[in-house]
Amino acid sequence: MSEPALEIESLSLAIRGQAILRDVSARFGVGETWSIIGANGAGKSTLLKCLMRIQNGWTGRVRVHGQELACLSQRELARHLAYVPQPGGEQRFPFTVREFVRMARYPWAGPFGAAQPGDSEVIAHALRLAEVEEFAERSLDTLSGGERQKVFFAAALAQGGNVLLLDEPTAFLDYRHQAEVAKIIHALHRERGATIVVVTHDVNAAMLMGGAVLALRDGALVWSGPARALACEQTLGLIFGATFRLLDDPVTGLRLVAPQGAGEYR
Amino acid sequence: MRPAFWIGLFAVGSLATVVIAPFIGAHPVPLSAVLEPATGDAATMIFWNIRLPRVCLAWIAGAGLAVGGMAFQALFRNPLATPFTLGVSSGASLGAAVAVRLGWGAAWLGVSGVSVGAMAGAVLAIGIVYGLTRLRRDCTTGTMLLAGVAVNFFFSSLILLLQYTANFYDTFRILRWLVGSLQMVGFDAPLRVAPFVAGGCLLLATLMAELNLLSVGEELAASRGVAVGWIKSVLFLAISGMVGVIVSVCGPVGFVGLMCPHICRLIVGPDHRRLLPATIFFGGAFLVASDTVARTLFAPTELPVGIFTSFFGGPFFLWLLLRPPQYGKISA
Repeated sequence: MSEPALEIESLSLAIRGQAILRDVSARFGVGETWSIIGANGAGKSTLLKCLMRIQNGWTGRVRVHGQELACLSQRELARHLAYVPQPGGEQRFPFTVREFVRMARYPWAGPFGAAQPGDSEVIAHALRLAEVEEFAERSLDTLSGGERQKVFFAAALAQGGNVLLLDEPTAFLDYRHQAEVAKIIHALHRERGATIVVVTHDVNAAMLMGGAVLALRDGALVWSGPARALACEQTLGLIFGATFRLLDDPVTGLRLVAPQGAGEYR
Repeated sequence: MRPAFWIGLFAVGSLATVVIAPFIGAHPVPLSAVLEPATGDAATMIFWNIRLPRVCLAWIAGAGLAVGGMAFQALFRNPLATPFTLGVSSGASLGAAVAVRLGWGAAWLGVSGVSVGAMAGAVLAIGIVYGLTRLRRDCTTGTMLLAGVAVNFFFSSLILLLQYTANFYDTFRILRWLVGSLQMVGFDAPLRVAPFVAGGCLLLATLMAELNLLSVGEELAASRGVAVGWIKSVLFLAISGMVGVIVSVCGPVGFVGLMCPHICRLIVGPDHRRLLPATIFFGGAFLVASDTVARTLFAPTELPVGIFTSFFGGPFFLWLLLRPPQYGKISA
């Protein structure tokens, strides 16, 4: 049996005495698709940040392809994991799309940030796969939120890791861009055999993506199972502390959810 | 390649200002005084002992202050962040003021007591800002900027206190350390500053990729493999130290670190692989030109160059604030 892409063993985090993550353990196999779901503030995004070592100060053990996280330098870690942050940040990026994607080759660069042979092919491929070639020479701060999100995907692709950590990749995006981002994620999964870990609060998105689901509530793991099995009022109630209605989708054959209360206050 | 053209132009312009500037001044220096020096000729003396060292110091200090500002703007993703806004200038001024008040006139290892005081003050200010952010275990940009502003205010009040209680002569000497000036004789000062500026520029040259990534965000930089905490500490301490050395010789020459990197960024773009050389050449030339104007404008009275740069710094600040956003490649 091969090593899992990511193995998390009783990861806990407290910030100023407040527990954010409590004893979370999980195994993400190579090439698997995982959704981490939960209510706002459940610790989903923080878990990703712990794995990427953006958030420090946690306890527990994490292994990346069998290697202890603690023994990897940040640069080595970035060769395994790529991270796409939540869209909609306030920062403005004056770089062009191509420059920004090129900067993602940092973990492989030589001294003085020197480019490596093959970089330009990797970058061109990433731009093509994320469908951002047409505005490759535009400045990032002139793009719409949806276009910018695709550029972040292109950069994560160019970074070359085989595990992708995506934080709410479709939040704040309109329907067309949501569909485009979903398509890119699937392409990645198929073409690269990449391991995908998506943080989302959208139950339907998790079920439509398929794969497995891990649910957090108040920083603790409360449920884990195949995405299809989410369509259950008790399970969803346990995870979100809310009630849901289930609706059958004739196209996918999935039972999708609508939150209770929708339409009730008309 | 347009950016390459601009960098080349800056390099040539930089060299030209250094060559031309020593000939300009209250006392004319004809070309013959340099090419065919006669012993005891006043013009030759002025050129070699006063003008040329001063121009060299201006170039080195200008380049150092400009790249210092560039590094801090990338590090804090804030166009207003420079070593000066983070407390170095007020620290240096306070150190110098204390030295003046205590009467540390004597030179120590060839360095005047006031310079030592200025250096110590700069280091103290940096130490407080750095210590505060460490203490809070919170190295976010906002915390550091606020700590810098707080240190600036506190030190400024202490300087005012010292000035108010000082005698006339000391007050005037303290004033010289509040504005920054390049008045000095001989090559000691430029030689003292040069290794630190060269070291700072070399360090930045090895970290250009990291600066690019930090300038788009710390979390993103970390996810791309930058050891953010370590790089930030190294850059913060090294660049502050370099600026501290410059300030200990020239006093706080304001706004160079704010204006030069901005102008260069508008011309060659945000990529530090181009921005760093452009800023070095532009910063050097900028301070040489400013000092030349400052010492000739009201000749024979020489203005301290700090007054001159600050005079243009204020309107520049306003322009940053008011310019239309389509030119605004750097967010405020």
